[in-house]
Amino acid sequence: MTVMVYAAIVVCGIVFVAAAVARAVWYARSPIHLRWELYPVPHERPDRVAHGGSYFEGSEWWLERRRPNIWGEIAVMVPEVLFLKALREFNPALWWRSFPFHFGLYLTACAGVGLVAMAAVAQLGGRAMAAGPLWDVVAVIVAVTGALGIVGAMLGALALLHRRITDATLRPYTTAGDVFNLLFFVVAFGALGGGYLVRPAGAPGALSIAIGLLSWDGGLHLSPLLAVGLVLTAALLAYIPLTHMSHFIGKYFTYHAVRWDDAPLGHDGKMAAELARYLTYRPTWAARHIKVNGASTWAEIVTTNPTREHKS
Amino acid sequence: MTEPTRFSDLSNRDHRRVIHLEPSELPPLSVRTTVPAPPRAAKAAEPSADGFALDDTQALDLPQPTTPEEEDALVRAFLSGLEKLFTRENNWTFLQPLLLSMEHCAHCQTCSDACHIFESSGREELYRPTFRSEIFRRLYFQHVKGGGLVSAWQHGTVELNWPLVARLAELAYRCNLCRRCAQTCPIGVDNGLLAHELRKLFSQELGIAPKALHAAGSMLQLKSGSSTGMIPAAVIDNVQFIDEEMTEKTGTKVETPWDVEGADILLIHNAGEVLAWPENPGAFGVILNAAGLSWTMSSEIAGYDSVNYGLWYDDAQFARVALLHAQAAKRLGVKKIVVGECGHAHKSLLVIADRLLTGDLRVPRESFLTVLRDIVVSGRLKLDPSRNDFPVTLHDPCNMVRLMGIVEPQREIVRRVCPQFREMTPHGVDNYCCGGGSGFAIMSGHGFQDWRAEISGRKKLQQILDVFADCLDPSVRKYVCAPCSNCKGQIRDMLAYHGQWQQHGIQYGGLVELVVNAMEGVKPGFIEWEWH
Repeated sequence: MTVMVYAAIVVCGIVFVAAAVARAVWYARSPIHLRWELYPVPHERPDRVAHGGSYFEGSEWWLERRRPNIWGEIAVMVPEVLFLKALREFNPALWWRSFPFHFGLYLTACAGVGLVAMAAVAQLGGRAMAAGPLWDVVAVIVAVTGALGIVGAMLGALALLHRRITDATLRPYTTAGDVFNLLFFVVAFGALGGGYLVRPAGAPGALSIAIGLLSWDGGLHLSPLLAVGLVLTAALLAYIPLTHMSHFIGKYFTYHAVRWDDAPLGHDGKMAAELARYLTYRPTWAARHIKVNGASTWAEIVTTNPTREHKS
Repeated sequence: MTEPTRFSDLSNRDHRRVIHLEPSELPPLSVRTTVPAPPRAAKAAEPSADGFALDDTQALDLPQPTTPEEEDALVRAFLSGLEKLFTRENNWTFLQPLLLSMEHCAHCQTCSDACHIFESSGREELYRPTFRSEIFRRLYFQHVKGGGLVSAWQHGTVELNWPLVARLAELAYRCNLCRRCAQTCPIGVDNGLLAHELRKLFSQELGIAPKALHAAGSMLQLKSGSSTGMIPAAVIDNVQFIDEEMTEKTGTKVETPWDVEGADILLIHNAGEVLAWPENPGAFGVILNAAGLSWTMSSEIAGYDSVNYGLWYDDAQFARVALLHAQAAKRLGVKKIVVGECGHAHKSLLVIADRLLTGDLRVPRESFLTVLRDIVVSGRLKLDPSRNDFPVTLHDPCNMVRLMGIVEPQREIVRRVCPQFREMTPHGVDNYCCGGGSGFAIMSGHGFQDWRAEISGRKKLQQILDVFADCLDPSVRKYVCAPCSNCKGQIRDMLAYHGQWQQHGIQYGGLVELVVNAMEGVKPGFIEWEWH
C-alpha cells in the first residue's frame, strides 16, 4: 500500500506540473492583444503611481525614455500575493475567510518543500547531516509551518464553504463544482492532518515518510487514514490546475499581460512583425459590413470602406 | 420582496420584460430632484409581442423571428459567433484577456459593489456585473469547450434559445464598460471586457448593434467623414461660423487653420462639439492662437471627427476609423495629432489603436490635456482666476483617467484657473462613470435616455450633489467640468432630467471654456450662465 501512496504522490505531482505548465503556455502563446491596461499601473514613475498616472501625462510622451519600475510592481505584487490586499480592500467580509485559506496553502506548500529538502539532505548527507541544533530548529519550523498551514487552509475552506452555502448573493452563482472544490480541501486536509495526529505510536513521522518517498521504501507502514490523506492531497494538487482555481497562474497574466501591459509599440520590431502576421489572418465573421468587395484578410478588411461597397 | 432575477429568466418565452424598476424603489438621492411626470418606468412601453423584453428600455432593434426555424437560425448564428470569439484568426485582438476572464472568475462578487449601475438600480440582480458574464461563461464552457456532464457540474448551464440570445444582446448594453469592477477584482477578471466581447459577437457575426453606434455612427462616419453626418464642406462652414462668433464674443481674432501641411499639431475634435457645444472648438481656437502654436484642422474624411464608436462594439469598424485618422495626419505631414475633449477618442487613438498603427501611419498622438497644461503653466496666457470665482468640480472621464492614467494635467489647469475647485468623492482613477460611457450618451430611443438619467447616471448625479452640498442654493452658480464630449452630453441630459439647473444652479461644460473664461485678454463672461 505504501508504494501505491508514493506512486499517487509522484503521478499527481507530475500532473500538477504538466497541467500548470500547459495552462501557462496556453495563455502565453495567445496572440499579442490590443492594449487594455487599467490604472494605476505600478511600474510607472513613483510620482505618477501615487495618483494612478501614466506616461500619457508627459508632454510628447513618445520622447520620454520608458523605464518600467520593477520595484513598483514588486511593491504591489508581494502584499497582493501574500496577503490578498485587493480582497481585503474591496471585500473585507470575504478576506477573513479567504486569507487563512490561501495563506494556509502557502504554508502547507512551504512545509512540503521543506520536508522534501530535509529528506534529500538526510538521504544524501547521512545521519551526520541530519542532526544537531540547526537541524532541530529547521525541523520545528517545518512542523509548525505545516501544522499552521493545514489548519489555516482547512478552516478557511470551511469558512468559504459556509459563506458560499449561506450567502444569498453567492448561491445563484455557486455550482456543484464550487461546493465540491471546497469540500475537497476540507476532506483532504482533514484526512491528512487527522491521520497524522492519530497515527499509532511508533508510526513514521512526516520526515520519515518524505525520506521513504525519495528512497521508495515500501517497508514503511502508513496508517490507513494518513495514507488516504496523502493520496487525497496529492489528487487535490493534480486537480487544481484543471479548474478555475488555477488563478495563481491566470493572475500573473491578468496583471502583467493585461492590466499592466502599457508598452507602446514604439520601435519594437518583433512585436510589429507579429502584429503584421496577424493582419494576414482570414477571419470568418459573417456580418455583411465585415467582408466587402472580396476582402478576406484582416488587413484587407480594415482598409476597405463598407460604405463604398460595389453594387453588382 | 420580489425574487432575484435568475439566469433562467432570460430563457423564458414570456415576452414580458424580465425586470421592471419603479423610480420610487431606486436608492434615494440626497436631495429631492424634479423628475419628469410621468416618470420613465411608468411611461416605458411594453415591447411588441414579437420581442423578448429585458427591462424598462431597449438599446437594439433585434430581428423578430416568426417561426421556430428562424429562431434556430439566429441561435446557430450566435453559436457560430461565440466559437469565433475564441479563435485567434477571428479575435486575436482580445483573445488573451478574454480567455483569462472566462477561465478564472471565483464568483466572489467582489466586483459588484464597484458597479454604479448595480448600486443605482437598488442592487437589481440583472445588473450585477457578473450576471451577464456568468451566462456568457456558462455558454463558453457548454458550447466552446465541449460541455458534457462534468462541465455542467463544474461550471453550471443555461438554456440556450432565442429569448436568451435576444436578452443577452440587450444586456451587453447595460454596462458602461467603465471597468471600475475590473479594478477591484482580486484575480483580474474583467466584466467590462466580457460585455465588450459580447457586443462584438453580435455586431461582427449577426450585424446587430445599436443604430446610434453603427448605422448612424461608424458607418455614417466612414461614409461622410463624421458620425454627425457633416461632410467636409459642412464642417468647414460651421467652424468658420464659430470663428466669427468667437471673434465677436471674445474680442480676439479667432481663425481656424485648415489643412496646413507640416503644421505641428493636427487638432481633431469630437465633431459633435461643433454642432452641440460650438463654444468648445471656439475656445480651443482662442487658446491655440493666443499661445501662438502651429496647428491645423483637417478636412479629410474622418480627419475632423475624432469619434470612433467601433471601440465599443466592433473591431473592424474601430480599425477602419483609426486608420482614417492616422491617414489624415500622414497626408498633412503634421508632427503630432492632438485629440480634443473626447474621452473615447483618446483611448481609441492613443491606446487601443497603438498596436494597429505601424510604419508611416505611426504619427505621434497626444492628449489636449498635456498641451493645454503646458500652455497654462508656461504663462503664455495671462489668466485671472477671479473670473472663475464660482464652485467648480471636475468629472474624470473613465477613458482618459482609469483607462489611460491621465489624472493630474487637468487638475493642474483647474487649480490655476478655478479658486473654488473641489474634488468629488471618489475621483481620479477611482471615479464613477457619468453613466453615458460606451455609447450610452448618444443612445436615446425606447426610453434609453431616461434609463441612463435615472440608473446609469444616478451615482454621478449623487456625487455632483454631494460635492456642491454646501452651496446648493440656485443663486450660487456651479460648474461641472467634464472634459469629454460624451460625458458632457450625459451630464447635460441628467441635469436636465432631474431639473438641477433650475433647482440648484448646476451648469456643466468643458475645460477649455474655463481657461478662456479666465483669460485677461478676452472679454469677460465667456461662460454663459444659461441652460444649454
